[in-house]
Amino acid sequence: MKLTRREFIKSNAVAAAVGVAGISIPGAQALAQARGGDGVRWDKGVCRYCGTGCGVLVGTKDGRIVATQGDPDAPVNNGLNCVKGYFLAKIQYGQDRLTRPLLRMKDGKFDKNGEFAPISWDRAFDIMAEKVKATMKNPDQGPFGVSMFGSGQWTIWEGYAANKLMKAGFRSNSIDPNARHCMASAVFAFIRTFGADEPMGVYDDIEHADAFVLWGANMAEMHPILWSRITNRRLTAKHVKINVLSTFTHRSCELADSEMIFTPQSDLAIANYICNYIIQNNAVNKDFVAKNVIFHKGVTDIGYGLRPNHPLELAAGNNGYPGPDGKPKGNPGASTPISFDEYAKFVSEYTLDKAHEISGVPKDKLVALAKTYADPKTKVMSTWTMGMNQHTRGTWINNMLYNIHLLVGKISEPGNSPFSLTGQPSACGTAREVGTFAHRLPADMVIMNPAHREAAEKIWKVPAGTISDRIGYHAVQQSRMLKDGKIGFYWTSTTNNMQAGPNINGEMLPGWRNPKAFVVVSDVYPTVSAMSADLILPAAMWMEKEGAFGNAERRGQFWRQQVKAPGECRSDLWQYMEFSKRFKIEEVWPADLIAKMPEVAGKTLYEVLYTNGQVNQFPKEEAARVNAHAWAGYTNDETDLFGYYVQKGLFEEYRRFGLGKAKDLGEFDLYHKVRGLRWPVVNGKETLWRYREGYDPYVKAGEGVKFYGKPDGKAWIFALPYQDPPEKPDAEYNLWLCTGRVLEHWHTGSMTRRVPELYKAFPDAVIWMHPKDAEKRGIKRGDIVKVATRRGEIELRAETKGRNKMPEGTVFVPFFDEHRLVNKLILDATCPISKETDYKKNACKVLKV
Amino acid sequence: MENASKPKAKWSQVSAASRRQFFADTARLACGVGLLGLGLGLYARHATALPPVALRPPGALPEAEFSAACIRCGLCVRDCPYHMLYLAKPGEPLSTGTPYFVARQAPCEMCEHIPCVKACPTNALDHALTDITKAKMGLAVLVDQETCLNFLGLRCDICYRVCPVLDKAITLEPQSNLRTGRHTLFIPVVHSAHCTGCGVCEKACPTEIAAIKVLPLQLARGQLSAHYRLGWVEKEKAGGSLVAPDVEHSYHLPEGMQYAPGKGLSVVPPGAEPALPQGGAVPPAPTFPKAFQGDKL
Repeated sequence: MKLTRREFIKSNAVAAAVGVAGISIPGAQALAQARGGDGVRWDKGVCRYCGTGCGVLVGTKDGRIVATQGDPDAPVNNGLNCVKGYFLAKIQYGQDRLTRPLLRMKDGKFDKNGEFAPISWDRAFDIMAEKVKATMKNPDQGPFGVSMFGSGQWTIWEGYAANKLMKAGFRSNSIDPNARHCMASAVFAFIRTFGADEPMGVYDDIEHADAFVLWGANMAEMHPILWSRITNRRLTAKHVKINVLSTFTHRSCELADSEMIFTPQSDLAIANYICNYIIQNNAVNKDFVAKNVIFHKGVTDIGYGLRPNHPLELAAGNNGYPGPDGKPKGNPGASTPISFDEYAKFVSEYTLDKAHEISGVPKDKLVALAKTYADPKTKVMSTWTMGMNQHTRGTWINNMLYNIHLLVGKISEPGNSPFSLTGQPSACGTAREVGTFAHRLPADMVIMNPAHREAAEKIWKVPAGTISDRIGYHAVQQSRMLKDGKIGFYWTSTTNNMQAGPNINGEMLPGWRNPKAFVVVSDVYPTVSAMSADLILPAAMWMEKEGAFGNAERRGQFWRQQVKAPGECRSDLWQYMEFSKRFKIEEVWPADLIAKMPEVAGKTLYEVLYTNGQVNQFPKEEAARVNAHAWAGYTNDETDLFGYYVQKGLFEEYRRFGLGKAKDLGEFDLYHKVRGLRWPVVNGKETLWRYREGYDPYVKAGEGVKFYGKPDGKAWIFALPYQDPPEKPDAEYNLWLCTGRVLEHWHTGSMTRRVPELYKAFPDAVIWMHPKDAEKRGIKRGDIVKVATRRGEIELRAETKGRNKMPEGTVFVPFFDEHRLVNKLILDATCPISKETDYKKNACKVLKV
Repeated sequence: MENASKPKAKWSQVSAASRRQFFADTARLACGVGLLGLGLGLYARHATALPPVALRPPGALPEAEFSAACIRCGLCVRDCPYHMLYLAKPGEPLSTGTPYFVARQAPCEMCEHIPCVKACPTNALDHALTDITKAKMGLAVLVDQETCLNFLGLRCDICYRVCPVLDKAITLEPQSNLRTGRHTLFIPVVHSAHCTGCGVCEKACPTEIAAIKVLPLQLARGQLSAHYRLGWVEKEKAGGSLVAPDVEHSYHLPEGMQYAPGKGLSVVPPGAEPALPQGGAVPPAPTFPKAFQGDKL
């Protein structure tokens, strides 16, 4: 008998246990069970963290997750995970799990300055309903003063139920996802260039590309499994080259063939130089451009998304803010058509010399990068995340990257792929596709468009005119409106904005603690946000509810509820639906609106929105029927509590938005039987490459390529300039401050910092700086230093070695550490088009403590 | 083995005992004459053996010399700013009163000014060590490839990223993951020339029992036999071949094909000059090598 070393040890252990008769050794039992029949039930799921969307199998026993494994049959990860995913089994079981609603109280009553004390769900909803109703009646606040902040961690139906509750129920468009801090620039550029959101390509592009260009993405740490695929492509095909553009040296640079460290903001100049090179060297794919592209010149002078009274905004002519006459000053997203020649002339000023001068990247590297794009034989995959999105010209730089790919026609085919990566498990699936932004509706529709509102009102079976045509408060504006007393009710979930949002001390905390506002945080742990709230609602998480996420390659993935949530925790879905029972339609809609649909009179919001004959059309037994292939007698908490298969009803109603509009999702039942489907799903078939004949069912035979998101089927190339950021290092604040992430922790660390092993691996945030920058300030590695910007200061240890190697003049701080809130330091300047904050470029000083 | 690898090994359950506490304990012990005899016995038995997970502070002389030179004063323990050094107590399997640390519990933080060495009055911690990156407290060894997450294809690499001598003491060697066919195994490789044995990797390893451990050098190091040398290493050391290079080779080849030693057969790219043979410029007109001319054939 051949034994591996491990099996030998195991069998000896078992033998030893058997040998000692009468003494029970727990390990021996576990070993015996591990051979099969161990009572662990396995079911498919998806990782809780980033947008990669790795499939996992979840093992439960006695109502608890006891183990997970990378799903060997998941096409994204083939059984692999990163080290965060390795610890998924522990994220639900932190010792300080919130299990009861907690209200700030004094003498048994709500008091903004009181201490948290447990209350019942009933009382929690009572006070919430009271605050919503008061806000709606308050002339300073009104319906839009009822505000919600969610995330790309909402399951699809949670986001959908929330969106409907806000936009149709409360008639408030002040709902926004934290994807505003993360993906908004990518979204706006997709819409501006292609008229349709989300990437045209898929992860399979990796195995077809000849060159990779990372534009502001440290995939080695932030997309570990995708990086593992890119590396394998580089390893197994010798001609493949990896190019990394970054403002400092990080772990992705280690495997780069060309590492280009550029001055912050100068990616704008590099992109324009590449386009200029392509034109100057006659490398434009003329047939492609003539057939598929038109040119536009964008307005400039668009400001920086700061408060309207900021000097930079008073000076800006096209920021869309009210001018002295009360009318909006232009529109930052506006543009006018130009010719190819005009575009060529526009970028001609971005010469090699100029690009080198602005960016600091050596000329030979810039030329080599431009050649990579220009060479018709090299298939290029560009990837990016926060480096391009969190940018005061984030929409522009996204547009400008598409300019490059479009000029050479390297798009929408295997290996030629501008690919926007996402940082949350359902940034695409929920925040974007469900349209939980302040201006969006499902399936790329927008509230500004009357036809879109009408379509949504029809599907939702609410009267015409229910949905307001006014854009709601976006994430950063929500903080400002809270501070200004314009928001009276604010409800966040599945996110930790008090740690993740910008300018915490200047805008956010004063807003949340404003006596005019009532702040509700649905959360699983006492995060910084939860502790800053007036009311905490204990939420169910991940496998404690049936869920669905949509990853970065348009892949929707479902899972079944595996375990019960602890204590009185309830899913966000239950919270929204149950709360809607607290409102008679007369309390939230005006009489003239109700008069258009008299049958809603006297009903509750719950009845109008959810028991509308659609959401409640699948009886309780349907849950068992749909999932019979995997789980005999399956049901879930919401189905039991509401009495119908809620998730299916919501999804099937939601699905109607995208059918026939190239946003087609598959049928609900199908998703429970597959490891995800990439939309558009037409006739049961997935779509790999969009806009390309043969791959995309919406492109007819003979059309070749068609960017059908635009009425004429043509994508837009934008002439846009380099512009300085709103804040640059000066004599006092003499360093660039960049913030970001580390592999061990996910975003604000609320889950990963509760996994002891991950905490131990990277316990506290440090500030990475160049050894000379440290020396100049009398700082030694490991010293506690003070980092200050005009907004505030934090103290943490200096690190001059390790994974990130900073150039002189730039420092880096990760934001996962709730004890070192680096976002206190960040200016709430945004891309004026996408309203996404720039977390990468602030001026700071570092002092020895 | 199990005891030795768990963070709270039986013999090391002492918390970072202060020097005073150590003396108090020892004094109490010394009060009993019988126990004193036991203490001496233990001392004698453990004086030369260092258990596998106990590491000496930076600059420690080889174990036998160290045990002889160390006067058990505890000053190194006192001066360690991270309180990660312990003094061995009676009953622990190493010389009583000598300093050690356990990487899995608290590794050496590699202070630039090395206060523990400076504090040593006897040179048991060698004062010649002034650059902490030259310390050799032990050597990290990836002892269990079957449980290392990176060997399994997962993306952990924590040992690599936490290493204070990043990219030198531990590097990641990418290998194709043949199971998935699409991913990479990032294999952590420890380089003894740069590893100081600080133990940060072992501390941070996220698996239940660390897959990477720092072992005392005498346990960790293997040694090649003197009768065999590594050709590629010797060549690099010598700056070229140790013997005279070959004269030019040439081959019978069909039109359009080329063959280069070490590279093999390939198609001549269109429009390209025939590829250069390895090792230098082509002679203008290739001639049949003299070695193969005439009667030598």
